[in-house]
Amino acid sequence: MRRRHFLTLSATSLGGVLVYTLARKPIRVHAQDGQQTTLKLPLRFFTEAQALTVAAAAAQIFPSDDSGPGANEAGVVIYIDRQLAGPYGQDRFRYTSPPFAPGVPEQGYQGSESPAQLYREGLKQIRGLHLLGPSEQQATLTRIEHTPFFSLLRTHTIEGMFCDPMHGGNAGLIGWQLIGFPGPRMSYAGEIDKYYGREFRPEPLSLAQVLGRNAKPGEDAK
Amino acid sequence: MKRLPEVDVVIVGGGWNGLLMAKELATRTSLSILVLERGGSHKPSEYVEGMDELDYGIRLKMMQDISEETVTFRHGPRDRSLPVRQYGSFLPGSGVGGSGEHWSGISYRYTPDAFELHSRTVEKYGANRLPEGHSIQDWGISYSELEPYYTRAEKMMGISGKAGNLHGKPVQGGNVFEGPRSEEYPTPPMKVPYLAALFRDATERLGYHPFPLPAATTSRAYKNPDGVSRAGCSYCGYCERFGCMIGAKAQPTNTVLPVLAHSRNFELRTGCRVRRTLRDAGHARGVTYVNAQGEEVVQPAGIVMLASWTLNNTRLLLLSGIDDAGKVGRNLTHHISIPAAMAFFEKPLNRFMGAGAAGIAINDFDADVFDHGKLDFIRGGSLYTVCYGFRPMANFGVTPASVKSTWGSEWKKASLHYYDRTGRISFYGEHLAYRDNYMDLDPTYKDRHGDPLLRLTLDWRDNERRMAAFMSRKAEQIAKEMGATEVTPFPGLKRYDATRYQSTHIQGGAIMGAKEGNSVVNNYLQHWQTPNLFVLGASAFPQNPSGNPTLTALALTYRTADAIIDRFIRNPGPLA
Ligand SMILES: Cc1cc2nc3c(=O)[nH]c(=O)nc-3n(C[C@H](O)[C@H](O)[C@H](O)COP(=O)(O)OP(=O)(O)OC[C@H]3O[C@@H](n4cnc5c(N)ncnc54)[C@H](O)[C@@H]3O)c2cc1C
Ligand code: SF4
Repeated sequence: MRRRHFLTLSATSLGGVLVYTLARKPIRVHAQDGQQTTLKLPLRFFTEAQALTVAAAAAQIFPSDDSGPGANEAGVVIYIDRQLAGPYGQDRFRYTSPPFAPGVPEQGYQGSESPAQLYREGLKQIRGLHLLGPSEQQATLTRIEHTPFFSLLRTHTIEGMFCDPMHGGNAGLIGWQLIGFPGPRMSYAGEIDKYYGREFRPEPLSLAQVLGRNAKPGEDAK
Repeated sequence: MKRLPEVDVVIVGGGWNGLLMAKELATRTSLSILVLERGGSHKPSEYVEGMDELDYGIRLKMMQDISEETVTFRHGPRDRSLPVRQYGSFLPGSGVGGSGEHWSGISYRYTPDAFELHSRTVEKYGANRLPEGHSIQDWGISYSELEPYYTRAEKMMGISGKAGNLHGKPVQGGNVFEGPRSEEYPTPPMKVPYLAALFRDATERLGYHPFPLPAATTSRAYKNPDGVSRAGCSYCGYCERFGCMIGAKAQPTNTVLPVLAHSRNFELRTGCRVRRTLRDAGHARGVTYVNAQGEEVVQPAGIVMLASWTLNNTRLLLLSGIDDAGKVGRNLTHHISIPAAMAFFEKPLNRFMGAGAAGIAINDFDADVFDHGKLDFIRGGSLYTVCYGFRPMANFGVTPASVKSTWGSEWKKASLHYYDRTGRISFYGEHLAYRDNYMDLDPTYKDRHGDPLLRLTLDWRDNERRMAAFMSRKAEQIAKEMGATEVTPFPGLKRYDATRYQSTHIQGGAIMGAKEGNSVVNNYLQHWQTPNLFVLGASAFPQNPSGNPTLTALALTYRTADAIIDRFIRNPGPLA
């Protein structure tokens, strides 16, 4: 059995937004003056140190800055943690019969390591990233920028920014708000050929909000 | 092995072609029809819950389980083949309805000359213009023979569009380069999203002939000749890779299965993976399959039909020892499918709205409608813009060349800005057939049951590369005319890339023809040497014309169904 790990976050780091617990309960966290509120999120795959490292990397890839909130606020690390613990991380979506042999790039990834294993190995190269200052973090990531691990991190950061919140990322629909993506909607029949050249930005809704009930995310499947 | 009682017809695969054939035979004859489908069935509510980009668009919930079975791939006959370990260049479906559940619904007819590619090219340009190493051949059927079946398939699905050639007369606003049609489309064109409107206006100004994409994402409520009603499309944008939550997109489960609901002579068995076709003394005897409980079953049948899609049809023939002296597996083609130009605009495009087939195309560079005398390639294709519904996980982060970073603050800012200001001009082009692009059984890798995987040997040749380069230049001009502030042309077709999604239009393996010497099936898709074995679908296409394949495959299925009903039942034997 895996020891239970939690990611402890200070509410200030979350900037007063909605985050989702592993039970997919939304919690609104507000930064309060002079008071250190902390939030403990149970982890499925990472240790706390790994989670902090991944969160720091994701926040460099998709920073919180003057163009808006980023990976921290969206809870990208929670998304990645669940994906790696679930069927994707365990290579359920890949043909994994041997022999494994190196191929040409057009034959695609031929390694035997699952995404979970790639993270375990990759994280060793950026251990303690969260303890470094911003420019050292950037320099560390620049060094591994061309590795398969970094390209996974980048892809997963984008996914965690813009997934349906049932998957753990895009907390408070913050990613969708950033780009004006409304989420799953039943009809644009009245709008599709209107708004030529003008923004049409319906308020984002999650799948659960559209359905009026929770759907089951793939990572929770057996 | 468990042996079941014989049925009159067994159909392997419950996708578009298998279920359409089942519908025709079950409703028009008293034959007992059994469809064996390896995947499960779908509940209508599933498609509302399925409006989730991660599980459906990225993790590909509706596709074949790749951990159990895949293909191997290499560029040339002397290269080492390796498994396609995660999906890339195509996405085979599984489950009732097959890929027809989560397709985009673009529904072209092929141009008349595409069916006579070899003879027309030789006649006009001489045999030396056929590329080196080609295995191009005529289909053994003409457009006019197929026309009535095209019309039937369009009516069945309620295709939305505008005719460009009625009875030989050009009609402006439609595809004026298409072959003569006997009737207008059953439903009017789809509404035009902004990006497609920009494309339409720009191509018109440039003197081309824009027309609405023919669409199975039906533009308005429609009742087909079988009495099946469907709603009109609502442009929800969860279309390609998704089942339609309101049943507007023509899918086998909402268009064909309802007709079969009360047929007593029809049975659909799910969870049944067919492993072999049984044949002796020139007769197909049935199939063997593994059922959902893992039991091996023998299913005897009077007629055997493979409708399990190109790659599975070919593999089943080869696994069953039917290779017709090396003819099975020949003429593997895909599609040239490229982002011919990425265009970046000042104004927002609202690209989350759309439908799998909502868009505008020009076919001014299709087939042989433009002169190739001075060009360094033959044939062509379609330049188009489709607003299929832009989803963020797959599309975020595309920036113009002026943005140098791929992560961090600068990239994020640019990506946020361009997210809804990026348009794509796509190109679908003909892929010619070559002797060294083929399928056979892989010597090393096996599926879950221990059967060899299919091996694809496939690469582009100069004809495709030159065509792609020519079309990207045209696309760049169009993008500029559309008002793009920056344009990224396609960097060029290099080697066939099994990791980049191109389309699920893979053809060949059991090709049709006018004579036995160069084909596996006749133009009724009937195996030359085994008259009670039929191989349905795009496995019959000798090479790939420019348009999407499904409508043509369904037209051929209708034609075969008629021939079986009108002639074969009374007089089983060769139909051609
Ligand atoms: C994302 C996507 C978009 C597409 N868009 C378009 C488009 O816009 N226009 C167009 O024309 N086409 C499009 N296509 C292609 C189109 O879906 C196919 O051409 C069409 O579905 C083929 O029909 P089929 O019946 O031959 O095969 P399928 O629909 O693939 O059905 C074959 C069935 O056979 C079953 N099967 C396979 N092997 C076995 C076995 N051994 N035993 C039992 N059952 C088996 C499969 O599970 C499947 O259900 C698209 C495809 C995809 C995936
Ligand atoms: S875009 Fe139209 S056809 Fe496609 S899934 Fe949505 S409603 Fe159905």
